[in-house]
Amino acid sequence: MGGYLEAIVRGIARSSLLTAADYNNLCQCESLDDIKMHLSATEYGPYLQNEPSPLHTTTIVEKCTLKLVDEYKHMLCQATEPLSTFLEYITYGHMIDNVVLIVTGTLHERDVHELLDKCHPLGMFDSIATLAVATNMRELYRLVLVDTPLAPYFSECITSEDLDDMNIEIMRNTLYKAYLEDFNRFCQTLGGATAEIMSDLLAFEADRRAVNITINSIGTELTRDDRRKLYSNFGLLYPYGHEELAICEDIEQVRGVMEKYPPYQSIFAKVSYGESQLLDNAFYVEEVKRLCLAFEQQFHYAVFFAYIRLREQEIRNLMWISECVAQNQKSRVHDSVVFIF
Amino acid sequence: MRIFDKLPPMDHLRSEKMIFVQLIMPVESAHRAITYLGDLGLLQFKDLNKDKSPFQRTFANQVKRCGEMSRKLNFFKDQISKAGLLSTPRPALRSDVDLEELEVQLADHESELLEMNANSEKLRQSYNELFEFKLVLLKAGGFLVSAQNQTSTHEREMEENLYTAEDYGDRASLLEQEMQPEPSSKAGLRFISGIICKSKSLKFERMLFRATRGNMFFHQAPAEEHVMDPVTGEMVEKTVFVVYFSGEQAKSKIVKICAAFGANCYPVPEDISKQRQMTSEVLTRLSELEATLDAGIRHRNKGLSSIGSHLSKWTLLVRKEKAVYDTLNMLNFDVTKKCLVGEGWCPIFAKPQIQEALQHATIDSNSQVGIIFHVMNAVESPPTYFKTNRFTHAFQEIVDAYGVARYQEANPGVYTVITFPFLFAVMFGDWATAFACYWDHWCLYCERIDLDLRYISSALTLPRLGSFMEMAFGGRYVLLLMSLFSIYCGLIYNEFFSRSFQIFGSSAYKCREPNLRPYRFGVDPRWRGSRTELPFLNSLKMKMSILFGVTQMNLGIILSFFNAKFFGTSLDIWYQFTPQIINSLFGYLALLIVVKWCSGSQADLYHVMIYMFLSPTDDLKENQLFWGQRTLQILLLLVAIIAIPWMLFPKPFILRKLNTERFQGRTYGILVTSEIDLDSEPDSARPHVEDFNFSEVFVHQMIHSIEFILGAVSNTASYLRLWALSLAHSELSTVFFEKVLLLAWGYDNAIIRLLGLAVFAFATTFVLLMMETLSALLHSLRLHWVEFQGKFYYGDGYKFRPFSFAAALADVDDD
Repeated sequence: MGGYLEAIVRGIARSSLLTAADYNNLCQCESLDDIKMHLSATEYGPYLQNEPSPLHTTTIVEKCTLKLVDEYKHMLCQATEPLSTFLEYITYGHMIDNVVLIVTGTLHERDVHELLDKCHPLGMFDSIATLAVATNMRELYRLVLVDTPLAPYFSECITSEDLDDMNIEIMRNTLYKAYLEDFNRFCQTLGGATAEIMSDLLAFEADRRAVNITINSIGTELTRDDRRKLYSNFGLLYPYGHEELAICEDIEQVRGVMEKYPPYQSIFAKVSYGESQLLDNAFYVEEVKRLCLAFEQQFHYAVFFAYIRLREQEIRNLMWISECVAQNQKSRVHDSVVFIF
Repeated sequence: MRIFDKLPPMDHLRSEKMIFVQLIMPVESAHRAITYLGDLGLLQFKDLNKDKSPFQRTFANQVKRCGEMSRKLNFFKDQISKAGLLSTPRPALRSDVDLEELEVQLADHESELLEMNANSEKLRQSYNELFEFKLVLLKAGGFLVSAQNQTSTHEREMEENLYTAEDYGDRASLLEQEMQPEPSSKAGLRFISGIICKSKSLKFERMLFRATRGNMFFHQAPAEEHVMDPVTGEMVEKTVFVVYFSGEQAKSKIVKICAAFGANCYPVPEDISKQRQMTSEVLTRLSELEATLDAGIRHRNKGLSSIGSHLSKWTLLVRKEKAVYDTLNMLNFDVTKKCLVGEGWCPIFAKPQIQEALQHATIDSNSQVGIIFHVMNAVESPPTYFKTNRFTHAFQEIVDAYGVARYQEANPGVYTVITFPFLFAVMFGDWATAFACYWDHWCLYCERIDLDLRYISSALTLPRLGSFMEMAFGGRYVLLLMSLFSIYCGLIYNEFFSRSFQIFGSSAYKCREPNLRPYRFGVDPRWRGSRTELPFLNSLKMKMSILFGVTQMNLGIILSFFNAKFFGTSLDIWYQFTPQIINSLFGYLALLIVVKWCSGSQADLYHVMIYMFLSPTDDLKENQLFWGQRTLQILLLLVAIIAIPWMLFPKPFILRKLNTERFQGRTYGILVTSEIDLDSEPDSARPHVEDFNFSEVFVHQMIHSIEFILGAVSNTASYLRLWALSLAHSELSTVFFEKVLLLAWGYDNAIIRLLGLAVFAFATTFVLLMMETLSALLHSLRLHWVEFQGKFYYGDGYKFRPFSFAAALADVDDD
């Protein structure tokens, strides 16, 4: 078992994730240079050290992501089976997002290299640039994705239809569904505390996606059956919640469905009527809480998942703070920052 | 007790006397003052703005600017090392550069350099493209020619077929008609040629195959020359390829795939003459570009070397400025915002120096108001500052690694200088290996001197050794003393790779002549190899270990007396030190050992010690070593028994009594007492007025007493490690010498002998010189930390860290 790596991850998580005090200081910054100065005292220091002075939000985010990627690569190098497979599973989500990003981008005739820069570095694979060649799902699969770990997830969405925005979005969700189910299955085979904690975390993820799919598909031409098909076949909402979500026509109905489930009651209780924007944030807060709880048990792999997710949340926080500072919207800086520890 | 008062003050034992000072500086001279203090390096500033985050402090802006400048300097350094230039600092023309001026200069230099880089980058890119084009032309042209030859042979065959089989006639002629005008675009066959990274070529081919469903032909050849990768600037291997395909759709796909794989496509004309023409064009343009590039690089190198000549000076300046502003950030503004207030610690002897520096600063900055410097009373206890030199530094570090001495506490480092290497040597006594150690030391020393010489001649920044070498070099004087003492002990043990030599005259046991003098120095070589060798040496070394142990531990106890006397706690002298020092049963054992050695008596010391407890009144018979031994033993035993309650009970009860007396009927007296205490001892910390908790004090005292009494046994036993390690060392070297070297020497075969010698050399180096040295070092360390320092050392102080440029610069180098 990866005792060494687990120790490392616990160590970094406790010592180098930004604390509430750090965020308080960051929120008081007047300019991006101040942010850089504050971050230079943290572990992000070496990554931002050599950036010339007029900073941009993108640079900060890019460098912080680079640190995450470096740490991930280090872990992957040190990991042995089955931990290395587990770590690889974590990146598939980003892979799906990247595939969708590139395909959508080429559909709107953007430059491939420009798109590649926007991809999340954790979800990169060798032939990702060739995605631009494909014009329909079948080609997409046959040309590129057959080499990637995403190939098995494609079995449900191979059609010869030409790609359009709707198709792509359905593809993303189908892939995600297959991915989450597969990941869940894999975690169950690992057994022990890993299975227990990961099934909780993944169930939360699946339910969140189900809610998001429902809300986003309200008012589109997606049929109820199609919508039902996009929900992952596990999680707290499965199966009865899904039946009810599938027929929701507005956000109030979604709320009605979700309030029957105690763990989600609090999330929806926080969001007052009509503010679906804050829903995302409420979900993030809940997720961070659950991820932090993963550190309470020893000898399992969920800490790696939790750590990478927490880092991503931290980078999202930094991005939000930097944007607020850069655009002089400091009054809104606290809106979307999720404190981690 | 009077005699102790007449002893000279033990300056080396105590850390420097410190004072807490306050500085009030006018804003205009503050910067200069801090700079001068940094040069002096004798004042430790206290951070008065602890609650402020770094960017909220007064001089955050300047710190940021310094950070930006050091980033630029790093960039220059990077560029210079990338260009392969050696920065040779010329003697500075102007000694002083203003920070503002420097900032402008650096910005200028940077923009200039960036522009030059961008230009040369563009040139480099077009050069690379042309270079790749050249490669593609050469290689792909080759394919095309050979392909044409092949097709022509095919045609010939076909023509032959035409003649033989008339059925094909029509079709063949049709083909021919199409083929003739443009040979290789027959049947819409077209091609794309280009160049791709070698590592990607396999995947590229596979992707092409999939995309065109196998309807293509891929031809590749490695490019012999390495091409510079435009992104990373490294030289990479590339492969020239030609893809044949048919159809417009396939073309668009292939072009997209090429773009996705970062393969650069270049058009190659099919016609050979056109190809030749193009090649020559490309070649001429390449040579032109090369000349331009060279000129650009020369220009850039010139610029860089002129920067490089100032670089180290600038870096120094920027680092100093940053340190100054960091320090200024620790200061407070006073109410009027015209003065900066700083607080800090400095040693008493440095007071005039600091005052002088401050005066200079006032004069140099033409300030009308002088800097006020005055001594204050401090709440917390002062930092500990020992003046060390090159020699004692490493030994002081050994002590500090355990814990920094409490302010003005007796410093065990003084004794460690000799006792540490000596105890090491007792375990490591073998003068052959000790010589090797000594040799190591000299190698280290010479290497460093060599480095130093180079440093002086080139005046570069001091090269850093590897971390291990750095550590070994830092402890070079420890190593020196250890090896010298080991040679000494080795001579006493008379061991040279477990051999004995008759260096000091003849052996006492050569012949049975009773009036022969004993062997002059150390162990008689006759013992070596005899049946009684081990019992004799063991007895000798064991007794020696106990003697050393008892001496060192008693030294520790005596030091606790001087500590108590220094801090004026007579309670500790009477109820802690006195019972400890008289409770010396092992001191008695040491005395017995010495008496036995001197008198040559046959007495059994085990028997004496054991029966001293079991039946103290019995007659000693043949174990009687000196007159009055029995009385002394009974006395010692009684004292030892009395000492236990003496240590345990009086101190906590007396403390309680003092405490109750102090607060009796003086509810409001607490503040007054603390003031009085302050006046009486202005240099020491203001005493804490804490709640007196009797049970806590008692338990504490109990723990101390039990620890001491048990420790008396276990610590003495602990010193037996001196004997054990020495035994292990000599046995190991015996094994290596006899079982390896002598065994191999027994064969009359040069190869086996050589092999034996090699194994012996390796075993000696790695096991004896490295592992044994380390283990002896660790054991010696433990004896000092636990057995010796445990007797008197509190070690709960903190180190004096003055603000000094030298330390700040060294810190940066470490990163």
